[in-house]
Amino acid sequence: MPDRTDVKKWEDDVVYLYDGSFEGFLTCVFESFYRRELPLQITAGDAPESLLYRTSYIETDLVKAQRVLRSIPRKISSAAEEQVRLGFLTCREGKERLLLDFLRLGYRIGPNVTFMLQNETVHQLDRAVFHLTHEAHLLSGFIRFSIHHGVLVSIIGPKNFVLPLLVEHFTTRLPEENFLIYDEVHRAALIYRPHEFQLVPMDSFTLPEADREEAAYQNLWRRFYDTIAIEGRENPRCRMSLMPKRYWKYMTEFQKPGEGGLRLPGQKPRGALAEPE
Amino acid sequence: MDMMEKLTLLANSAKYDAACTSSGVDRQAAPGSIGNATACGICHSFAGDGRCVSLLKVLMTNSCIYNCQYCVNRRTNDTPRATFAPRELADLTMQFYRRNYIEGLFLSSGVLRNPDYTVERMTETLRILREEYRFSGYIHAKAIPGADPLLLSRMGLLCDRMSVNIELPSQKSLQLLAPDKSKVSIVKPMGFISGRIQENRQEIVRYRHAPAFAPAGQSTQMIIGATPDTDYQIMSLTEALYKKYSLKRVFYSAYMPVSTNPLLPAAGTPPPLLREHRLYQADWLLRFYGFSASELLDPAHPHLNPLVDPKCNWALNHMELFPVEVNTAPKELLLRVPGIGVRSCQRILTARRQGSLDYAGLKRLGVVLKRAQYFILCKGKLKEGLKVTEDAVLRSMVSERCQAAMYAGDQGDLYGRMLAGLPAAPEQLSLFAPPPVTREDVTKCRTGQM
Repeated sequence: MPDRTDVKKWEDDVVYLYDGSFEGFLTCVFESFYRRELPLQITAGDAPESLLYRTSYIETDLVKAQRVLRSIPRKISSAAEEQVRLGFLTCREGKERLLLDFLRLGYRIGPNVTFMLQNETVHQLDRAVFHLTHEAHLLSGFIRFSIHHGVLVSIIGPKNFVLPLLVEHFTTRLPEENFLIYDEVHRAALIYRPHEFQLVPMDSFTLPEADREEAAYQNLWRRFYDTIAIEGRENPRCRMSLMPKRYWKYMTEFQKPGEGGLRLPGQKPRGALAEPE
Repeated sequence: MDMMEKLTLLANSAKYDAACTSSGVDRQAAPGSIGNATACGICHSFAGDGRCVSLLKVLMTNSCIYNCQYCVNRRTNDTPRATFAPRELADLTMQFYRRNYIEGLFLSSGVLRNPDYTVERMTETLRILREEYRFSGYIHAKAIPGADPLLLSRMGLLCDRMSVNIELPSQKSLQLLAPDKSKVSIVKPMGFISGRIQENRQEIVRYRHAPAFAPAGQSTQMIIGATPDTDYQIMSLTEALYKKYSLKRVFYSAYMPVSTNPLLPAAGTPPPLLREHRLYQADWLLRFYGFSASELLDPAHPHLNPLVDPKCNWALNHMELFPVEVNTAPKELLLRVPGIGVRSCQRILTARRQGSLDYAGLKRLGVVLKRAQYFILCKGKLKEGLKVTEDAVLRSMVSERCQAAMYAGDQGDLYGRMLAGLPAAPEQLSLFAPPPVTREDVTKCRTGQM
């Protein structure tokens, strides 16, 4: 275990490149300790060549990754392990280096590290993880399925990689349905058929056109949504802060019936009963 | 009448009910069924008024034999009427639920023929959902005052939350505006439901498979601003409801003028949104911050201050208790510091086990230092460079929108100031005198213009 006096001797003019997998990241952690290097950056993409630092590609090694992963609950705590797993799913810039800092702190402090909320590293990780779990919570409500030949399909575009967090919610909610949730930002899909699920990479996916029954229910929902707002209390800012606009394009109530595109939200149509859909 | 028209009519009549939460119960779908429930509740959308859409909120019917003056569905109001058939509504709920539009059903109703018949029809809908469609999502049902306890008992076994609306905060107002209802007719079913929930707690302990009666508890709603009841009356009533009937939630609904009755605010009066907001803030103080209604208001100060939130108002009037040392103060006291909420309080308690806190650390824990700085010490010290003046403290407590409204324009309103017993043109805000609020300010705040 490194202590404070060691840190100075650690080299820090290197950038690690890895394949973007969780195991790959854990291998980077292993190599960092093994080589006594504190990488400036750990990145899955290409780092630009520079005179100021050298780059080193870290080959994913499952054995080394396992050793690191096993050490976390043993030397820190299982709460820290959870935090690292979740932290890796977040969209935070430089999350790998942040997680490395968190682990280094954890190995030094022990199980109490997750309580050190006033520490900048722990705080940053906590915020990133909150962003992730909050987005997953929001999406558990904002996801809209459309039904095609008995299969429920949905497209989402979250900032964080939330699919692993949505598995439990939707499989316990719809245990007897077939469904697919496609994340078009991370190009992955959650596919479920009764009592088994898969998380798979998927390059593209387009929604099939709605049939008559589906279109009818979508129209009913749009009508319900328009009706339920109280005219005298209109508050678009409040709505926007509780439901940011970037989610709107995936939600039935904001989509124009038929050809697609977004409709003007919220304004209750005059003479709601007479308006043709 | 087709589905689209029916849904429009019956959602339109249900929208003034504020309670649209899906919280309070955790459940997973058993094999072969559909639906789960999450204790924290899930919002599926937010309507144009910023309120959460969680449940399919509709009335079973908007025909009603009663004639409550504040209600759109009153007998004498000339509006189109519609009624859902139980199976029709159950089908719609399932279709919406599968598409993840909603978390469940919120079913209320006008009184059709008589209370018993109405409850029977509502119960039939719930029965189809639960037994035939094996729906285990969230259901909130309204108990209809005057219905037979046995019928209510059956309904309670099918739903997650039950509620009886208390409608208006005092017997006098009820008499005036809802001549067919009385305090007794409302409080009786409320007492019945809370009694059954209590009994059921014991049954569940004793018999593992005893069916749960309204496991997410009971809630109620009252209309704010239709009658001259004071905030003090409302908060005292609320506190009693939480204590005596162990309600889970009390909702407040700012009155939207829907009728031209001379007893009620005229049509076009803006709803008292700020007042509703302050009441909710006070409600949270009762439930999560350990306050009692008598600490916030008393007969001499029967209204919540429209300019500052009730917690800040309390703190400003109890400066002798502050500042508190964040590193040692007990939880109860920390919760009373403006700018520290339930969440940041919990985080302070966690973090200070691991080392002492400074101001930078507090900021990371989510404490709103802008307000909290005047009430706390870190390691025995005030925040560096902090100047405590009455004006600065008050400024940090009043929201920017209220401040702008206070300073703009109203200087000429001498008459209003004199009425309120205030100096004609105050030079600066004062901490210990009541804040310079004119009558007009108060009216503006109460009607939501500010």
